[in-house]
Amino acid sequence: MTEFLQHIINMLILGSTYALLGIGLSLIFGIMRVVNFAHGELYAFGAYAVYFIAVLLGCNFFLSLLISIVAGCVLGALIEVVLLRPMRGADIDTTMLIMIGAMIVMQNTEQYVWGGVAKSVSTPFPETPLVIGSFSVSWLRLFVFFAALALIAAAYFLINRTKLGKAMRATFQDRDTASLMGVNIQAIYMATFAIGSSLAAAAGALLGPVYVISPQMGNIASLKAFAIVILGGLGSIGGATIGGFVLAFAEEMGAAYISSGYRDAMGFLLIIAVLLFKPTGLFARSERIG
Amino acid sequence: MRRIFPWISLFTLASVPLWLGDPYLLNAFVITGIFIVTAMSLNLLLGYTGQLSLGHVAFFGIGAYTSALVSLGFDVELVGGFRVIHEPWPVWLGFVMAILVSGLCGYIVGKLSFRVRGAYFVIVTISFAEVVRLVALNWVELTQGPLALTSIPPMAIGLPGLGNFDFYSKQSNFYLVLGVVAFCYVIIGRLVNSRIGRAMIALKENESLAVSVGIDVTRYLVLAAVVSAGIAGAAGSLYAHYLKIIDPDVFLFLYTVTMVIMVVTGGKGTLAGPIVGGLIFGFIPVIARSFAAPEIQWILYGLFMILIVCVLPRGIVPAIEKLFGEEPGVSGAADANTQDAQ
Repeated sequence: MTEFLQHIINMLILGSTYALLGIGLSLIFGIMRVVNFAHGELYAFGAYAVYFIAVLLGCNFFLSLLISIVAGCVLGALIEVVLLRPMRGADIDTTMLIMIGAMIVMQNTEQYVWGGVAKSVSTPFPETPLVIGSFSVSWLRLFVFFAALALIAAAYFLINRTKLGKAMRATFQDRDTASLMGVNIQAIYMATFAIGSSLAAAAGALLGPVYVISPQMGNIASLKAFAIVILGGLGSIGGATIGGFVLAFAEEMGAAYISSGYRDAMGFLLIIAVLLFKPTGLFARSERIG
Repeated sequence: MRRIFPWISLFTLASVPLWLGDPYLLNAFVITGIFIVTAMSLNLLLGYTGQLSLGHVAFFGIGAYTSALVSLGFDVELVGGFRVIHEPWPVWLGFVMAILVSGLCGYIVGKLSFRVRGAYFVIVTISFAEVVRLVALNWVELTQGPLALTSIPPMAIGLPGLGNFDFYSKQSNFYLVLGVVAFCYVIIGRLVNSRIGRAMIALKENESLAVSVGIDVTRYLVLAAVVSAGIAGAAGSLYAHYLKIIDPDVFLFLYTVTMVIMVVTGGKGTLAGPIVGGLIFGFIPVIARSFAAPEIQWILYGLFMILIVCVLPRGIVPAIEKLFGEEPGVSGAADANTQDAQ
């Protein structure tokens, strides 16, 4: 039982960062209809940015987290303007291939600049874990959990309580009508991609110091983000949040009680199972079956 | 012109081993040829039915592992102490089994994943490929996991009266692969110009309309998936017996991307497209290798991919056809009609 509860604690921490990843992708996919294969690379970018600023430049850890998130936001806006804006009318397969090209370029740039050896970031948190009764959790992970929750809340506030969020929701529902009502669609798309990217970078910046940072970390992150979006439904922040925790739960339990080698397979099996038994997703939105 | 062009290309390619002495380039031709076969199989799905599968490498890898394991033999214990011992079989049987097993997987995956379309279909197919890769990595008893399956015998066929012939040299493998490419070209050409092919194109152009005139969409999609998977499995088998070693890296996502970009570059839904695109993307690494570090090669590859998709979204073959003033061959059926009219 103690062991089970320990897994639950791990699941909550992992799930909170997965939720960040998923929300970002869900917004981009839902509003822009772009299958963003570069999403995982933004996650890796966030992790490398923290490494660069905190370790190489010797900046304060919390400040470097903040700068990384802003840098992810800027990079996302740049990708949107350079790669996606000229291809606005293109079909979903075309933009997907462009994003795969971007993924290959970004990943190999990371590999070229930083080399294949994994990097680690040291943090100001004490080494000794926080022990309550028979559970233990490291201070760093605790911080990651609450930081991720704060960012999820911020994203929720942005989408549901601000004017920009209202315009984004309008664009999601009906692009043409939103445009007729005076919403600047180009600006909304850029903002969406920038926000989505900064959330991915935030996930990377938070998880990077927990694990190690390597150029390949983006691959699996992209696939996990897709899994979360499928579980949670399109453009729904609540769905993506729950989807992130469900995925983390499946992975944590699968690794603990089935086989640790198949940890990363759990998400994919979950996707296959969801589409087999409930093709509309766990949090049904009607528009997915073509 | 349209009729003799495939023959000219075939004879030109067939002459390559006669004048090309460099074993490295010949090797590049063989590997490129194998990827052209996979690109042709993917084109059947992507070009003719319009479904972008990004898990195609799964069938390639399943074919490679099936063929290797059938010809090497294996001894595994399944759940519940049930033991399966398989004695090595002749290699050509491995090739046949690769096609059958991949085709069967294509059937199952098709049945499952054609419930959804577009981006969801893409993600389901990727998930499938990743699960298969993880199985290959973790089922060490069967696949040796990351240690790789080694000493895979070369392809061999027993001809009655002529004895055994094995494809050990690069030259013989070149002709073997060229033969498979030509064979696939013919059968895919036959298929897409038949009633089945026209049904596939109809559902690509407008699925609801196709349904309304009585085309059983799922049936044709699954059929395309089975044929496509079977051909990809054959390519995997060729790959395994040519390299003689395979590891779970045959399931790399980048291989799928390579197949897709070969099809898109050459021209989706054209018979010659995957061959043209395949030759271009097969030889880009060979050329880039002479002047750039591996990461730079991949960066160039990615940039070239973005460029192609932006500048020539319909591919090279339709662009050339347009240049020569011929009816752009968006679909094989259109070609057949113009030929019939002549």
